[in-house]
Amino acid sequence: MSGFVRHRRSKVIHATFPVFEADLLRSLAAQIVELLHNESAIPSATKDPLEQMLDFSGPTTEPEDPVLLRLFPNAYQGDEESAGEFRRFTEGALRDGKSRAAATIIDVLEEAGLPQEPTDEDLTIDVELDQETALIWMRSFTDLRLALGTRLGVEEGDDDYWDSLPDEDPRAQAHHIYEWLGFLQETLVHAVS
Amino acid sequence: MDPGVEQDLSLDTTTRLDTPWVTIVWNDPVNLMSYVTFVFQKHFGYGKKKAEKLMHEVHEDGKSVVSTGTREEMERDVQAMHEYGLWATLSKAE
Repeated sequence: MSGFVRHRRSKVIHATFPVFEADLLRSLAAQIVELLHNESAIPSATKDPLEQMLDFSGPTTEPEDPVLLRLFPNAYQGDEESAGEFRRFTEGALRDGKSRAAATIIDVLEEAGLPQEPTDEDLTIDVELDQETALIWMRSFTDLRLALGTRLGVEEGDDDYWDSLPDEDPRAQAHHIYEWLGFLQETLVHAVS
Repeated sequence: MDPGVEQDLSLDTTTRLDTPWVTIVWNDPVNLMSYVTFVFQKHFGYGKKKAEKLMHEVHEDGKSVVSTGTREEMERDVQAMHEYGLWATLSKAE
């Protein structure tokens, strides 16, 4: 496991994934895409029904899902009206951007040879990223880690707790994936810097 | 329409001094220190030293003021921070 490395001369950033890791990355990215398309732009229920139907501009109330609230936090604290206005004008674009970034991960993996349903477990997937695509991956890895970290309830300095869980605990397994994404992210930041 | 979202790029220095707003980045247990530093360098164009200082403030004090300007500018910075997955808010400078 070596993560991302930048080729000194070509500046291309590359990584080699065993097929099961590439498949896991694709499935996590696909889940983010799905999450971002769910519970989307629902206009405020207090409005006139006609007005509601004609309101395409964007949501003004905060998302109920804690993951979505972490991805789209309130921009103003203690000022609901300004927070709602900010949300109306930014959340749609932010959702699209995050969704496109996750879709980029899927596209790159599949273009690099990841089959729809991998059967050969010895297959490896070589990924090459230019600087711009590497930045997109980096942003999307952040979204993936925020989603997983929020679902797991990760807190500062809680490593001992996660280490104490038995290996067969699904939360421990999810936390391993979270840590693995963190490792990949660290190598990606290093490769891009 | 909220005047706060109009994109006015012609604001002069006087306006800026009259209306100080700040972008605050808050600590979160997920984002890596290296990534936060990288984002501060990339988005704000800060040197590595300044970016690291701000990152340490976020990490140790729970938050840090990472930029100052008009409300419009701060809304753009906050939106950019949310794009990067950092937890950011804006408010009037104290």
